[in-house]
Amino acid sequence: MKLELRGITKRFGTLVANDHIDLVVEPGEIHALLGENGAGKSTLMNVLYGFYDPDEGQILVDDQPVTFTGPGDAMAAGIGMVHQHFMLVPVFTVAENVVLGYEPTTSGGLIDLPEARRRVKEISDRFGFDVDPDAMVEDLPVGAQQRVEIIKALSRDAKVLILDEPTAVLTPQETDELIAIMRQLKAAGTSIVFITHKLREVRAVADRITVIRRGKVVGSADPQSSETELASLMVGRSVSLGVDRAAAQPGEVALQVRDLTVLDEAGVRQVDGISFDVARGEIVAIAGVQGNGQTELTEVVLGLQPALAGSVTLDGKELLGRSVKEVLTAGVGFVPEDRTEDGIVADFSVAENLILDLYDTPAFASGISLDPAKVRANAEQRTVEFDVRTPSVDAHAGTLSGGNQQKVVLAREMSRPLRLLIASQPTRGLDVGSIEFVHKRIVTERDSGTPVIIVSTELDEVLDLADRIVVMYRGRIVGTVDASAATPDRDVLGLMMAGVPQEEAVKQAASHHTVLGEADIEAAEEESE
Amino acid sequence: MNAAPDVPAKDAQDERLEPRLQGALREMLTSNWLVTVAALLLALIVSGVLIAAADEDVHTTASYLFARPTDFLSAVWNSVWHAYVALFQGAIVDPTASTFAKAVRPLTETMTWSVPLILAGLGLAVGFRAGLFNIGAQGQIILGAVFGGYIGFAFGLPPVLHLLLAIIAAALGGAIWAGIAGFLKARTGANEVIVTIMLNNIAVYLVAYLLTTTAFKREGSNNPQSPPIDSTAIYPRLLGDDFRLHAGFLLAIVATVFVWWLMDRSTLGFQFRAVGANPSAARTAGININRIYLLVMITSGALAGLAGSAQVLGTEKVLTAGVAASFGFDAITVALLGRSKPLGTFLAGLLFGALRAGGFAMQSRTGTPIDIVLVVQSLVVLFIAAPPLVRAVFRLPSPGRRQQISPTPAPVTKEAAA
Repeated sequence: MKLELRGITKRFGTLVANDHIDLVVEPGEIHALLGENGAGKSTLMNVLYGFYDPDEGQILVDDQPVTFTGPGDAMAAGIGMVHQHFMLVPVFTVAENVVLGYEPTTSGGLIDLPEARRRVKEISDRFGFDVDPDAMVEDLPVGAQQRVEIIKALSRDAKVLILDEPTAVLTPQETDELIAIMRQLKAAGTSIVFITHKLREVRAVADRITVIRRGKVVGSADPQSSETELASLMVGRSVSLGVDRAAAQPGEVALQVRDLTVLDEAGVRQVDGISFDVARGEIVAIAGVQGNGQTELTEVVLGLQPALAGSVTLDGKELLGRSVKEVLTAGVGFVPEDRTEDGIVADFSVAENLILDLYDTPAFASGISLDPAKVRANAEQRTVEFDVRTPSVDAHAGTLSGGNQQKVVLAREMSRPLRLLIASQPTRGLDVGSIEFVHKRIVTERDSGTPVIIVSTELDEVLDLADRIVVMYRGRIVGTVDASAATPDRDVLGLMMAGVPQEEAVKQAASHHTVLGEADIEAAEEESE
Repeated sequence: MNAAPDVPAKDAQDERLEPRLQGALREMLTSNWLVTVAALLLALIVSGVLIAAADEDVHTTASYLFARPTDFLSAVWNSVWHAYVALFQGAIVDPTASTFAKAVRPLTETMTWSVPLILAGLGLAVGFRAGLFNIGAQGQIILGAVFGGYIGFAFGLPPVLHLLLAIIAAALGGAIWAGIAGFLKARTGANEVIVTIMLNNIAVYLVAYLLTTTAFKREGSNNPQSPPIDSTAIYPRLLGDDFRLHAGFLLAIVATVFVWWLMDRSTLGFQFRAVGANPSAARTAGININRIYLLVMITSGALAGLAGSAQVLGTEKVLTAGVAASFGFDAITVALLGRSKPLGTFLAGLLFGALRAGGFAMQSRTGTPIDIVLVVQSLVVLFIAAPPLVRAVFRLPSPGRRQQISPTPAPVTKEAAA
């Protein structure tokens, strides 16, 4: 099936989210839609999927104009969508989820579950998905849930499959499996629209690349383009990927974590007896797939959660058992992983957000009375220093883009002398420009002698920033990799993140490279030539 | 989800109730002033229909509607017009009165009625902005009246000191009553909505019981009422003995300014607002949210207690079981109508005071039941709670928010995507 978008325009008030976008997806091709957050990719796909009416433009399926008034129409026309956030009912089985809304019924009007199972099995076997139709969706790993979504789309005869940021939630190995699935689907004649902002994946899998910036198609590229070329196209200016930084000059050990164990409410060990050190002037990255204890680790250090056992000392002083306030006052800067939930108050102004944990310091308050003039002056200064793009310091923080919100958090946390900086997922959901900025500031902080902990699930980020990499899996440390010695092997780290011990991981990685890992090696070889 | 905060009890209980309540609350607070005015107008129009429907003349003329429709229409017009004119004359100024004093009395009555509404409304507004849905102003007013009243009639003290002590006691009474809910919320995660509602009931029966005890019961009276408040503990009248308006109104003004300072200028108010707008971020920023919950409820209750003092030391001058009337519930409406802002609450309190004062005049002059005032009040809140409806009726533009079809993430995926 050939899918064509012609001159699609979608406005929200004065904002033009899509500005005359043309896109042709040929049968059986993987077409990557590359763009930063907020570039208009999702809006475009929501138009295509019938969620929005385009203000102008046409959608053509096999050269016939079509109008979709809802996702039902889009599905009927052979378009399937796998959302970034899966649309699955956790307490239903795979088969039930797949037929939801299109239930095959027996003559008595009951759901024909054997038929549902058969459908799942048929598609699952055809593509080697290895999904049990009777498994409860909530029990499946994320990668398998994603496959259920794909089966769901395919069971409705999707000829064009839209994958919205499909790799955001996957481990490197799961990503590899997804890429294999995409290739299989392509071979079977299904077209795929692959929405992403990850350059490496695009190059590995796409047949054609369309780049969108600020609602407009700014060009197309072929997969042979270099990452820097793609990034520049995406951002609209030349960018330097990776971080320019000098080698770390680690000083004395500042933070000591010893035998730290943390239980969650259910009594499960989320952090299981881990120990590591962070020295002054070095960046230690805690790498791992989401949910392997990293969140708990950082929250315990900050005092948000109690620890069961162990100790965390900063410059010789115990941090455990202290309140959040005391920990912050002791010089810990904290960038939470969920910025909108824990980092900013959306209904507060930028100025207020910039003093969220400093409101009672003499700099901003005399006694119990805040000094609005000082709060304002501070905000004016910080927003300039950290390049926060905001209409004014009185604007609500919730109206800022993710990148600017993150800069507000960083600006706040770095506005007092730090003895330790903890940043969780510092660049999640940010555009390339903001990532560059945030990384630079973190390195600057390191260079000024602050010990830094980065928690990240993004291997790219870990490799870019870390001086040492601690890989966590199920609350334990799988291994520590020195990032400064040589370029660490992405496949080794990926396997370690899946729980494979370091030595074993090195062996396995040597015998089988993932698609992205190979791309890394090729790139390294090209460079050395 | 991995971010497991150490307030398990709260999470478990409030999971279903809280987001919806807070969503509705936020909706009411963020919609703009235009909608407020439109909602008020709409409420008056709908109430006008009810006034007409209840009118005798309208009934009579409706029976020959098709023969002489103009009779019917003029009867409708007359009934509504006269009712609202009477409402206005009873609430603001009565040009038909014989003396100037009588002409302006309605306005002073409005101000008098508004005192407890403003004070209790401010208390609730503080709670709302801190994300606490304090429904217990009724009980807090009663306890304020009990404490303030007791000091007022049981002790003989010099004039100014006596009143001051009685006022402080009233604030303390309200603070204690609300503090119970705050303490339970902070300690056990008990939902403040439910606790404060239940405390309302307890307060009603508590005061009824107290009035049977020797400490509170008036000697030689069969009615459940306290001895009269000593003249030394009565709010002085502002405009002489012909008018009921008392110094409680000045207290309401001072309280309005205080709440503005507290919420917008003090470090404590900063924490209140932060906890209200995003408790997770507040916690991460080192704010002890359980302590804030307690302090918010105490502040909120103290203001409601002051409203009790206005009743017992100002207008009633005696403690009875009905001392709080329905001010505690009307105060919820006042705070919502005032968008939980101090000035807004002050103005909303005046408006509701006017509706009350005018309602009596309306009933006596046109026979329109005073209950219609309740209908107006209720409709105002109803319409404010549904801004899209009001906007649709008046064709107002919707706020410039970006339309978002955010796919509601299923619980599994949250875990995965987090």
